[in-house]
Amino acid sequence: MARDDSIKSLVDRLELPWNELGVDPYGISKKHLVVFFTALGFLYRRYFRVKAVGAHHVPKRGRAMLVGNHSGGYAIDGAMVLASMLLELDPPRLAQGMAEKFINQLPVGSLWSSRCGQLTGLPEHAERLLRDERLLMVFPEGARGTAKLFKERYSLVDFGTGFMRLALKTKSPIIPLGFVGGGDAVPTVYNSKTLGKLMGVPYVPFTPYGLAAPLPAKCEVHYGEPMLFEGTGDEEDVVIKGYVEQVKQRIAQLIEDAKSARGGVL
Amino acid sequence: MKVLVVGVGGALARRVALTLREQGHTVIGIDRRPWWDHPKDIAVHEVDIRKRAAEDVFRTQRPDCVVHMATVNALTAGGEERARINLGGTRAIFEHSVAHGVKHVVFVGRHTYYGATADSPLYHTEEEPPQGMGRFPELADLVAADLYAANMLWREPKLTTTILRLVYTLGPSQTGTLASFLKGKRVPMVLGFDPLFQFLDEGDAARAIALAAVKTLRGIYNVAGPPPVPLSSIVRETGRTPVPMPEPLLAGLLGRFGFPRLPRGALEHIKFPIVVDGKAFREATGFKPEVSEVEALRQYRRMTAPR
Repeated sequence: MARDDSIKSLVDRLELPWNELGVDPYGISKKHLVVFFTALGFLYRRYFRVKAVGAHHVPKRGRAMLVGNHSGGYAIDGAMVLASMLLELDPPRLAQGMAEKFINQLPVGSLWSSRCGQLTGLPEHAERLLRDERLLMVFPEGARGTAKLFKERYSLVDFGTGFMRLALKTKSPIIPLGFVGGGDAVPTVYNSKTLGKLMGVPYVPFTPYGLAAPLPAKCEVHYGEPMLFEGTGDEEDVVIKGYVEQVKQRIAQLIEDAKSARGGVL
Repeated sequence: MKVLVVGVGGALARRVALTLREQGHTVIGIDRRPWWDHPKDIAVHEVDIRKRAAEDVFRTQRPDCVVHMATVNALTAGGEERARINLGGTRAIFEHSVAHGVKHVVFVGRHTYYGATADSPLYHTEEEPPQGMGRFPELADLVAADLYAANMLWREPKLTTTILRLVYTLGPSQTGTLASFLKGKRVPMVLGFDPLFQFLDEGDAARAIALAAVKTLRGIYNVAGPPPVPLSSIVRETGRTPVPMPEPLLAGLLGRFGFPRLPRGALEHIKFPIVVDGKAFREATGFKPEVSEVEALRQYRRMTAPR
C-alpha cells in the first residue's frame, strides 16, 4: 500500500530521540504512530478533505505551542491538526496534545494515547514537553469547547489562562489556529451529561440522526503567524487576560478566514 | 573511607560492597542473611540491625558512611513483620549513626514510592511527595521509611543524608521486583494497558549507589538509568510472551494457577507507569549508565531461560 509506505516514511522522518526499539522517552512508538496516522491520514485526505493554510508558520524545530479552537462534537479538530503537522510540514512534526484525564483510565485509550504522545493534560506534562523542544497542541476552551452545539460551531467559549502563563514561563511562541468543519461533521443538538457520567466521559453528544458518527463535511484549518509574548508567567491576571484576549481575537479572525475560504460544507 | 553496608546479604548490596571495595574503600557489612563467599577483606557481621549486636558494630568499627539497603521490599513478606523491620531498622540505623559519629547515611529506596496512577505526571521529580500508598496500602511502611529518612535532613543537620529513589534493577542475580515478574515464560499484562517501565542494569545500579556514597550527596535523588521502555517490549525482548488479560480476570487469578500472589494494588503498577526524572542525580554525580535499556534486556534474555 503506497499510502502506508508514505506514512511510514513520514514517521521515520520525525525528529524524535528514538531508541533501538523505536520508542522515545515519553513512550511514543513508531509502530503505533504508523497505524494511528494511517487512519488519521485517510480521514484527513479523503473523508474530511482537510485544507491547511499557513502551516509554514509552525517552526521546523524547537518548542512551540499550537493554540486553537474546538469546533464541536469531539476532538476531530485536534486529530486533524495532528495529521496536518505530519502531512504538511517538512520535516514532519509530531504535535502532542493534552488528553482529557479520563482517557488514560480506559483500557486501550490509555495504551494508544501514550504510544502516540498524547499525554494527560497536566501542567507538568505541558511544561516538560516544551522544555524538551516539542510541539505542544492546546485547546484553551477545554471540554466546554467540544461541547459546543451546531449553532455555536463558529463561536469561542471562555479561554483558560494556563496556556499563556506557560508560554511566558517557557518563552514559547504561540501559533494560533482556526479550525472550521468539526461542527458540521458532528452537528450536535444535545449533550447528555448523565449518559457521559455512566460511561466515564464528560458528556455524550447527540445529533439529529442520533449518535454522533461524523459526517464527511469539508474541514479547513488556518495557521497564523507565531505570537511571542514577553514576561515570566507570574504577571497579574489582568495582564495575562489581556494577552489571552489577543490570542482569542487572532483565532476568531482565523476562523472567519477559514470559513470564507472553505466555501460549501460538502 | 570506611563504609558500612547494611543489608549486605542482598544481591544488589553485595555488588555495592564489591564496587566500593574495588575503589579502595574499607567495606564492612551487616545482615541477618549470610554471605558465604564474601571476600576476606569485607567483614560481614551476621546480626539483626535492630539488635544490640548491631550497635556494637557501629561503636567498634566507627564507619564514615552507612549505606542502608536493609529494607524488605518483597510483598510476599508478612505485612506487620515487614513494617517492623523497615521502620524499626531505618530508625536504628539513623540513631546508631548519630550516636557513633557516622558522617553520611545513604538510604536506598525505590521509585515505586511515587505510586502509579492514571492522572499523575509521567516523569516524577524529587519535589513530589511519595504517594504510593494511596492505591497500594502495602507500600505504606516503605514510604514511611523514606519519609523518616528524609526527616533527618533537617533533624540532624550535622549528618549528611542521601535518599535515593532507585528504579527497578535487572541483572544476573535475577532477583528484584521486575525479575520476579519476568520469571515465567508467559507474563500476564492488563489488557489495554502497557505502561512504561524504567530499570537499570544491576552493575549500573551498584555504581550509582556507590557514587552517592562517595560524593557525599545531601538530599533526595531519583536514580534513573536509560529511558523507559513499554512493559510489552520488556517482556518480548527478554524472550517471554506477553499475555494480556482483562483486569477483573487477572485480579481473580492472582495467587491461583501459578500466578503470583500479589496485592490488588500491584495491578496498578502494571497498568500505569512510574517513571522518574533522574536529572538531578546525573548532574550532581556525573552518573551515566554503561548498559543501554535494550542491551540490559538482551543480556537478561541470554542469562535467563524462562522457568
